[in-house]
Amino acid sequence: MSEQPSIFDILGPIMIGPSSSHTAGASRIGYIARQLLHDEPKKAVITLYNSFAKTHKGHGTDKAIIGGILGFGPDDERIRDSHELAARGGLEWEFKFVGDFVRFHSNTARVKLEGKHGGTVEVVGASLGGGRIRIQEIEGFTVDFNAQLPTLVIIAEDIPGSIQKISGAIAEKKGNIANMFVARNENFANMIIELDEHADKETVEKIAALPWVKFVRRVEPMLEGSSRYEK
Amino acid sequence: MEFNFLSDIVEYCRREKKDMAQAMLEYEMRNKRLTREQVYTGLKRTLFVMEESVEQGLTQQVISPSGMLNNWAKTILQCKVDTLGPALKKATARAIAVGEVNACMGKIAAAPTAGSAGILPAVLVTMMEEHAIPRERILEALLVSSAVGLVFAKNSSFAGSEAGCMGETGSAAAMAAGAITYLLGGNEEQILESVGFALKASMGLVCDPVGGLVEEPCTTRNAVGVANAFVSAQMALAGIKSLIPADEVIAATKEVGDLMSPRLKESGQGGLANTKTGREIQKRVFKTTE
Repeated sequence: MSEQPSIFDILGPIMIGPSSSHTAGASRIGYIARQLLHDEPKKAVITLYNSFAKTHKGHGTDKAIIGGILGFGPDDERIRDSHELAARGGLEWEFKFVGDFVRFHSNTARVKLEGKHGGTVEVVGASLGGGRIRIQEIEGFTVDFNAQLPTLVIIAEDIPGSIQKISGAIAEKKGNIANMFVARNENFANMIIELDEHADKETVEKIAALPWVKFVRRVEPMLEGSSRYEK
Repeated sequence: MEFNFLSDIVEYCRREKKDMAQAMLEYEMRNKRLTREQVYTGLKRTLFVMEESVEQGLTQQVISPSGMLNNWAKTILQCKVDTLGPALKKATARAIAVGEVNACMGKIAAAPTAGSAGILPAVLVTMMEEHAIPRERILEALLVSSAVGLVFAKNSSFAGSEAGCMGETGSAAAMAAGAITYLLGGNEEQILESVGFALKASMGLVCDPVGGLVEEPCTTRNAVGVANAFVSAQMALAGIKSLIPADEVIAATKEVGDLMSPRLKESGQGGLANTKTGREIQKRVFKTTE
């Protein structure tokens, strides 16, 4: 039996309006970019494509993405004032607009972040409707995950045995891999590992310490419904 | 635990000697491994957000960034004329209130979508006030409406881009009709009849938002969806049958949605969006907000 929808998918999401795709989904893309940066962002360059580019103002897409970059969930009322709050917090940002880019989904954003401690990250995400999103590109790698499960994003040198070492580190702490995707790009491999439970700090540090691993990040689901049950 | 059709849920209720709210509680607890308290915590939060969004729209200054919506809920509430008594007027204002709050980047429960978020809150708040129904029962009514929405989502679509406004305010009106019927003592069959009536009244409704924004005509269609829900529940509670069973009506909405031109499904290019005035508004809105 496949995963059944929750009644709260039907009775929600609880979100800041006006649009689940152009507002709620947009904020989640910003939020995922923040998690991948793993630092307090000081600079953001955001490119909005297609429908996002054309109708962002009327839907508050620009406020929602900045809100996500600041760490606000899709139901956080501070989204409305995110530009003022970002300016006060010292975030510099710039929006670019590409009206027609057929290769991308109609609601796509590219978010480039620079952190206070010098890190950078570049993410492309699409908003699919109902607040659901798909991350399509990280650091130039084509990826495909929806951030509904706790996810590890790893970029490593493409050496033999790397997958075993990484999955071994996860299994050591009794982590259970739900899905795993690997993409190769010349000398590097990108791994997207979806887990049943959050990976603990120790596991992440262990993977990060492997000499051929360039980048490890945890992405936690930012679903409105997930906070609702107080699990 | 899997419910694919409303008839599955009715069958489950009969077999387990439960009502539809209990069936959906069971469904959520089993599938998501939650306790009753956890599900009810979620339902309470949903109802709270619904009530807050109604309250905000009725009390705060709400002018959408485009200027298309301008404190209409309050204007309706202050109107001296009642077409059918104060209850209908207040219910109308409540639906509009949520639409205005949504357009102004306020917090709403998208039940089932942001564009149709006014119908359930308006209906539930009105039921609480007019029939002095306790909150616990209202939470049960939310469970009943989720049954309708679940089956609709599986066999048709909530997306305006797939099923037009029929999938948004139509499904919301059906969910609300089921809730009203349940709250006033209707049995499972009557809940399904009310769902059938509400969906038949919305059959083929296009999604043609001016400027592609969730404002015009979405907001006033929410208010009409409230009236649809009450009328549909009234017929069902009287024992009138919807000749075409609710599950078949849902299947028909899928067929009709598929047959509708893409221009009439959330493209912002057909119907009202494509009228002379609609196009003028679009030009003005995107010039002033750019």
